[in-house]
Amino acid sequence: MSIATQGEGAIGAVRRSGEGFSMTALTSVLRRDLLLAMRRKAEVLTALFFFLIVSSLFPLGIGPEPALLRKIGPGVLWVGALLATMLGLQRMFYSDHLDGTLEQMVLSSAPLPLLVMGKIIAHWLVSGLPVVILAPILGLQFDLDPGALWILALGLLIGTPVLSLIGAVGAALTLGVRGGGALLSLLVLPLYIPTLIFGAGAVQAHLSGQGAGGHLSLLGALLALALFFVPWATTAALRISLE
Amino acid sequence: MSHRLINWFKLSSPYSFFPVAGRLIPWFWALTVLFGIAGLYVGFFIAPTDATQGDSYRIIFLHVPASWMSMFIYIVMAFWAGMGMAFNTRLSSMWALSLAPTGALMAFLSLWTGALWGKPTWGAWWVWDARLTSELILLFLYLGFMALHAAIDEPRRADRAAAVLALVGVVNVPIIYFSVKWWNTLHQGSTISMTKAPSMAQTMLWGMLLMALCFWMYSIVAALIRLRAIILEREAHTDWVLRLPEAAA
Amino acid sequence: MIWNSMADFWHMGGYGLYVWGSVGVCAVALVWEQVLLKKRTQAILRSLRRRARAEKMDRELA
Repeated sequence: MSIATQGEGAIGAVRRSGEGFSMTALTSVLRRDLLLAMRRKAEVLTALFFFLIVSSLFPLGIGPEPALLRKIGPGVLWVGALLATMLGLQRMFYSDHLDGTLEQMVLSSAPLPLLVMGKIIAHWLVSGLPVVILAPILGLQFDLDPGALWILALGLLIGTPVLSLIGAVGAALTLGVRGGGALLSLLVLPLYIPTLIFGAGAVQAHLSGQGAGGHLSLLGALLALALFFVPWATTAALRISLE
Repeated sequence: MSHRLINWFKLSSPYSFFPVAGRLIPWFWALTVLFGIAGLYVGFFIAPTDATQGDSYRIIFLHVPASWMSMFIYIVMAFWAGMGMAFNTRLSSMWALSLAPTGALMAFLSLWTGALWGKPTWGAWWVWDARLTSELILLFLYLGFMALHAAIDEPRRADRAAAVLALVGVVNVPIIYFSVKWWNTLHQGSTISMTKAPSMAQTMLWGMLLMALCFWMYSIVAALIRLRAIILEREAHTDWVLRLPEAAA
Repeated sequence: MIWNSMADFWHMGGYGLYVWGSVGVCAVALVWEQVLLKKRTQAILRSLRRRARAEKMDRELA
């Protein structure tokens, strides 16, 4: 089945799922977005390679002393994760907006927050999860011990969904707006900063012996907060952008 | 039906508020000057020299009011942007837009004075502690609000999109503030922990409060002037604007 | 009065540069904001006046 008919099938399923809290809407959108991402593997892999390269640039620019690298490692990897996530944000709504699918989704009777969640989960699976897996490996470049790598991965596991969630609001707000990509970064990066602080801070707390529990709990709180607010904010933003 | 209820809604149109804003401006200017003179007098001629920081501490009479205003204005801006979106009132959104540049300026002044205070006190122009850092983030939030609004051509869509952004930002402001409490920081605590007898702290506190009021009055003036300009720009096609004496040929 | 002389006041116990640097930038910033606002107001008024003049001419010609 071609992508086009797959897409039509998904939209059909979305329409049929109707009102009521049906997960079919979410899973249809999720499956469709994942399929489309697999078709455009290059885009996805580019963001990952970007993460790889950026992380390697810092030791090259700063120097190879292990003590120094251990200090900057968590921060560098987290910033790399932020930037890699951001590269993929435009993809969330843009192509659907171009071919009119997004408008169909908004007009359909399925609850828009669920459709939005489907898209966000797809974005995370494609942009965030690979970062979670890759980061500990890159962490070896920074001479981080296994405990620190574990905290890094755990923090990213909790934090990258937050990045996808917050990014969705930004992507919805800047849909079809002049200077979209740069403007999106300006809007979204300040909102990313608490996640960055707690995520990198968790590893640093672990390294200094204080234990990362507090930082990780805060990341969890951010995730809970984002899960609560973002679907509604994104829905509102989409309706505003599409009027 | 009470007349007051009707009057409120009448006032919520750009047409009716424009002259009201014009009449309010001189009063708020007067308050600005009054509080400014009082605050500067207390801050620079009555409050004594600090034992530990010498006279460099006097910067707090500018730094703290600017910080307070930058945070206060952001919340007020988000509130009115939200009102404009919820009730579809143009004036509310225009007022939010008027507040933004002044708020951003306050954030910038807070950072500048903070740096100039930090250098003699802690030895560095920029200390990456959470308080100064969250002020920097606030400045970015202001700039983001203004940039998003400017990037969207259709005014009402721009109002609504920026409102969503402001509301999302406002949820973040306490989170960022919380990271102050969480972090070990070089920055002063939320009150000036000037190690002095309470009577000394009194004059310093008074100076700060008076200057805060001064900055508050000034912010209202600047926002009102900007609001009148925005009203003229957005309502340029309407009858009442074209009939204004200032706009006559 | 807590200052012994005008010179002491400007000196600010050695911190004059920082204190007056702060006061100065605040003053400049607030004045600058007012200047920009004045320019903005005058620009919109000018354009409104121009339009009124154009419409007046149209009416006179008609």
